[in-house]
Amino acid sequence: MPKFLLLKHYSGGPEPHDFPPINEWSPDEVTAHIKFQLDTGRMLTERGEFVDAQAVSQDGAWVRYGGPDAAPVVLDGPFPETKELVAGWFLIDVESEQRAHEVAAYVSSAPGPGGRPIHEWIEVRPVMTAPATIE
Amino acid sequence: VTGVPEDLLRDLARQVLGALVRRGAEFGSAEDAVQEALLDATVRWPQTGTPDEPAAWLTTVARRKLVDAQRTDAARRQREQVVAAHPPTGPTEQDDDTLLLLFLCCHPALSPTAAVPLTLRAVGGLTTREIAAAYLLPEATIAQRISRAKRIVAEQELNRPGDVTVVLRVLYLIFNEGYTAGTVRVDLAAEAIRLTRLLHEAYPQPEVGGLLALMLLHHARRAARFDDNAMLVPLDEQDRPKWDRTMIAEGVQVLTAALTREQHGEYQVQAAVAALHDDAASADETDWPQILAWYDELIELTGNPLAELSRAVAIGEVDGPLAGLRAVDDVEQRLSDYHRLHAVRAHLHARAGNTARAAELFALAARSAPSTAERDHLLKRAAHVRLNGGAIDTVSRRVGIRPSC
Repeated sequence: MPKFLLLKHYSGGPEPHDFPPINEWSPDEVTAHIKFQLDTGRMLTERGEFVDAQAVSQDGAWVRYGGPDAAPVVLDGPFPETKELVAGWFLIDVESEQRAHEVAAYVSSAPGPGGRPIHEWIEVRPVMTAPATIE
Repeated sequence: VTGVPEDLLRDLARQVLGALVRRGAEFGSAEDAVQEALLDATVRWPQTGTPDEPAAWLTTVARRKLVDAQRTDAARRQREQVVAAHPPTGPTEQDDDTLLLLFLCCHPALSPTAAVPLTLRAVGGLTTREIAAAYLLPEATIAQRISRAKRIVAEQELNRPGDVTVVLRVLYLIFNEGYTAGTVRVDLAAEAIRLTRLLHEAYPQPEVGGLLALMLLHHARRAARFDDNAMLVPLDEQDRPKWDRTMIAEGVQVLTAALTREQHGEYQVQAAVAALHDDAASADETDWPQILAWYDELIELTGNPLAELSRAVAIGEVDGPLAGLRAVDDVEQRLSDYHRLHAVRAHLHARAGNTARAAELFALAARSAPSTAERDHLLKRAAHVRLNGGAIDTVSRRVGIRPSC
């Protein structure tokens, strides 16, 4: 079965998020949102589709090779302007791309302010696999 | 593993390995041999029944495995002669063996990432797969860490009595990992307690007792630390009847015995703080002046800026939030972007009535929180102070009692 990486971003996708940042929600809205994430992980596990889920901190650094005798070049975060800032992911192993899109849409329906779906953009990336040995 | 009591096997694993090593077997190969013997036992015992002398059975099989392995390694053949038949070990020898194994697995030459899985496997009797599951790491990664660790241990001279502070540190790390995880996986916190108990039986020094007490006094709150949505519940909001009173009583007893010997150390002092929290029937009844005094001692002992941050919380309770905030300022230089610094400051600002600043700082703390449980908790705190002012119930009650700020 093919694997897909479902990426959540801090700042939106093709369009910026049109909901306020989570630290401006009410405590109950935060709780409901978090419960949804946990339940989603559980649902994927029960369906035999779950591989991994992680959240990554907003803070971080850009690092590159500095040269043979030089220290690594480090640019410290945070990078609030970076649209590509990944917030976390689900890695799933599913029947088809269609099912991956279905899961992504479900993830995007997570409740936000007022309990309404946040319609967050989810980036869906197929994971490359080893070539098939039997053609 | 149906039919074979797992606890029995795990205790035997340690005893058999200890006996083999004490009689001169090389630690790394002996550990492999014991693991293989355990596998045999899990396959055979359900069919034949547990042997009358399971330790002797395992020792015999492990010794055979060891000899087999060494036949393929001519350079080691000499050593196999040393591992001769031996009488069953008594309790004293078992304690000595446990200690010997812990000193080997927690050798100062090993980094914690190497010492932790080695200890869990060789002394704790966990399989590589179980350890990998506990740390959410691939089995091959843990297997590699264990074999590299064994190679390093093989190069070391073991100077008995070893370094018990390193052993305590490793056990503390195992406990901490289990404690912060909070989810259902191999129970590392319980595992750390089990190992620390073994160490305490073999080596009842005050700081060993201190660490055992510290673990028990924290572990006792386990059932109240997370709610049904896996959200972290802070100490002052925990449902205290859910705490394990038996475990607390044991922790207090171990701690009292350690403290009477008047060789205080960081684990005993941290345990004393935990005992004072456990002793309070409600958050309002916490004996903060005494906790403050213990933190003063902890800072004298360690100079640790984290201890100073905890002390700032205690100052906030005793002398009011503004005094607490001044204490945070004093430690800031040495703890720049640490999430707990922001969280403590946010908590104190909320109590002082600066709700906007508190919400801002809780959000900042959430940004750099190291776990999703802590992050989510801090996000909710931010939301809470923004909507309700500082009026988180227990906090406002305390402000009411002590308007000294």
